Amino acid sequence: MANDATYQNYYVPADSKLPIFASLGLFLTVFGMGNMFNEMTAGADTTFGTMVLLLGGVVLATTLFVWFSKVIEESHAKLYSDQMNRSYVWGMSWFIFSEVMFFAAFFGALFYVRAFVVPWLAGEGNRGPSDMLWPNYVAEWPMLNTPDPTLFPGAHTAMGWWGLPLINTILLVTSSVTVTIAHHGLNEGNRKKLITWLGLTVALGIVFLGCQVLEYYHAYTDLGLTLNAGIYGTTFFMLTGFHGAHVTLGTFMLLVMLIRAIKGHFKADDCFGFEAAAWYWHFVDVVWLGLFLFVYILGS
Amino acid sequence: MSAIIEEHHHDDHHHGPAKGLMRWVFTTNHKDIGTLYLWFSFMMFLLGGTFALVIRAELFQPGLQLVAPEFFNQMTTMHGLIMVFGAVMPAFVGLANWLIPMMIGAPDMALPRMNNYSFWILPFAFTMLASTLLMEGGGPNFGWTFYAPLSTTYAPPSVTYFIFAVHLMGISSIMGSINVVVTILNLRAPGMTLMQMPLFVWTWLITAYLLIAVMPVLAGVVTMMLMDIHFGTSFFNAAGGGDPVLFQHVFWFFGHPEVYIMILPAFGIVSAIIPTFARKRLFGYASMVYATSSIAFLSFIVWGHHMFTVGMPLAGELYFMYATMLIAVPTGVKVFNWIATMWQGSMTFETPMLFAIAFVVLFTIGGLSGLMLSIAPADFQYQDTYFVVAHFHYVLVPGSIFSIMAAVYYWLPKWTGHMYDEKLGKTHFWLSFIGVNVTFFPQHFIGLAGMPRRIPDYALQFADYNMISSVGAFLFGFSQLLFLVIVIKCIKTGKQATAQVWEGAHGLEWTVPSPAPYHTFSTPDEVNLKEAHG
Ligand code: HEM
Ligand SMILES: [Cu+2]
Repeated sequence: MANDATYQNYYVPADSKLPIFASLGLFLTVFGMGNMFNEMTAGADTTFGTMVLLLGGVVLATTLFVWFSKVIEESHAKLYSDQMNRSYVWGMSWFIFSEVMFFAAFFGALFYVRAFVVPWLAGEGNRGPSDMLWPNYVAEWPMLNTPDPTLFPGAHTAMGWWGLPLINTILLVTSSVTVTIAHHGLNEGNRKKLITWLGLTVALGIVFLGCQVLEYYHAYTDLGLTLNAGIYGTTFFMLTGFHGAHVTLGTFMLLVMLIRAIKGHFKADDCFGFEAAAWYWHFVDVVWLGLFLFVYILGS
Repeated sequence: MSAIIEEHHHDDHHHGPAKGLMRWVFTTNHKDIGTLYLWFSFMMFLLGGTFALVIRAELFQPGLQLVAPEFFNQMTTMHGLIMVFGAVMPAFVGLANWLIPMMIGAPDMALPRMNNYSFWILPFAFTMLASTLLMEGGGPNFGWTFYAPLSTTYAPPSVTYFIFAVHLMGISSIMGSINVVVTILNLRAPGMTLMQMPLFVWTWLITAYLLIAVMPVLAGVVTMMLMDIHFGTSFFNAAGGGDPVLFQHVFWFFGHPEVYIMILPAFGIVSAIIPTFARKRLFGYASMVYATSSIAFLSFIVWGHHMFTVGMPLAGELYFMYATMLIAVPTGVKVFNWIATMWQGSMTFETPMLFAIAFVVLFTIGGLSGLMLSIAPADFQYQDTYFVVAHFHYVLVPGSIFSIMAAVYYWLPKWTGHMYDEKLGKTHFWLSFIGVNVTFFPQHFIGLAGMPRRIPDYALQFADYNMISSVGAFLFGFSQLLFLVIVIKCIKTGKQATAQVWEGAHGLEWTVPSPAPYHTFSTPDEVNLKEAHG
């Protein structure tokens, strides 16, 4: 609840050129990407789309960089009251909630496919059309033989959970611990501890991503597990892929926080940026645990 | 200009808006941004309306007269998409921007720059979406619900731009909703508890929560389409072990909450207007809050009622049928409360009140047809007929759209400082009221008689009602130009409005002068909490 003391300091930023450039950048990015995908699928030249995409990416990234720098500057200039900081905290929490729902859609798809679609395709409950189309299809998960292997050649081996995936789990769980230790360092005013453990967290994130690249390479070359390998490959790559994209973003956020920590930013009671990145990191970690359980352990 | 209290080289809150066109591009002011949203929404309303009139012109007579079936499909698709995402949703966001800070005594929205960003994404998104009509292969032609595989395997290439346009709208909505939630949770005037907030604020809090929960799911489903189209995945292709019905599940998990996103703020508006013109306090404030919350909760678990005919297992059919019927309970509570508020009130019938009462009556008709549709075995007959079209147009046009118009008439004097022309306002109301009913009531009958939706031609026995429907549509459509005239006239001239504007009005927004100053409630002591809710 707001109270008089904090309310007084409310800061409404002046007019800003940032959002319109951010909109333009975002638009060019998606327009370029759309054009690129369309030309790619049509087998045509993708140069134009790619150039627009790159241009948009540069505009967007530059704008966001200036934007965030400005917020940090304003915060250092003590323009923000506690109440305003609470706005950022709420904002970040709700953003993470929206991300949870995004993953929920893909997890939901996986559960629906496994619980209903695959058995129905194999004729359970006499569901008509699918029995007629592929009368010999036999249910299995991971789905290595697809109903129509000419269109979707299935993988010949499923991805196990032992090995790289397990290592990745250990890496991410450890990194959640290290980022917490870094936070303790910050609270104790121990900058060296903050920087060391935060640096370690970033390193763990990067190693995780490296392992994932290896894993994908292994999947494509050794297992025949591809995006095109039917619903098993589809759900495998989309879930782990979007998770990997989020790890990339999270690692980048932590890296920025590391640089800021080295530059002397953050105090125990003034570290929203750091905390936001840390929450995001924990969120990414929890999603991974879900993946490890449902995609790897129960999926192979 | 800014309301910085501590930074002295900037001006304080008495400062007015910047000059020139760039004011609108760079602004961080919630009132400016609200105005932008509202005008944008009105432009989209006219564009989507034009598409609707193309549809109704073709359906005026049986047979193919004006447009090719392929183009007809693009019209139904774009009409739905533009009205849902371009007209109704941005209008409510515009109202939220204008009103929420004033109703809770906040100086502005919590994240003003992001507020500007949320708005300015939309013109880009809709330009991209509308431009698909000019692309090779035509625009999206698979209906606003874009069922796979129509929207994947058999879609025109422009579907890719459609997908990215949806992504942009989603980003805009999520940022806008986060702003609303944070503003309400964090910026209420000192002493204002949640249960003192006006219902419009309550309904928007819950709407924003729904948006944050389901827009990412929409983003998920279009991403699955994108991957199926361009990268060889098989989410919606049974040959690879996927399922087209999976599309419908994910889509409607978004889609049903989405229809409540388009009606909950309307409930809030009507709950503000009826007490004012009945000169009584709202009957059952707390029950309104609980009813809204239960509707929001239920909206997550009833999506299957759109899929009764896809071949769900019997248990699923029964579950979705009963769960859907449950929604009628909190909805009934609301209708009861509005009527109880009017009961023995000393009512007057200015334009906002006329729209609000029409809302209560006609929305209820839409709710009752919804109840008919929720009966699974009956829906086997109704599904994909004009009966469904009649149902959702009754809840959306005299429902959502009437509430938006009521809101504009109600708060316009506060925004512009002038009274609108009451006689013209009433004329607009009656033309719209007659137009809507003439358009959509006959669609119940042709639907029950079996006329399918989304078809450019039809059997002869449906001819009379279709002709009536088309006449009504043109009447309704052209009446909206009168609305435009009234609004412009009110901005330019009109009787000077007082601060309270309406004799029976309660709420913080009526304690500030009309037109509302560029910055309101920059300090908390300006707030008189006794006036908080209506
Ligand atoms: C009492 C509450 C309601 C009930 C029981 C209800 C029930 C239903 C059912 C069962 C359908 C599916 C019909 C079919 O496709 O066969 C449907 C469709 C629809 N409803 Fe409702 N509804 C209610 C309120 C609303 C409200 C408040 C809105 C929006 C403001 C709304 C918007 C829609 C839309 C847009 C569709 C059609 C979607 C499409 O297929 O294009 N409904 N409703
Ligand atoms: Cu529904």
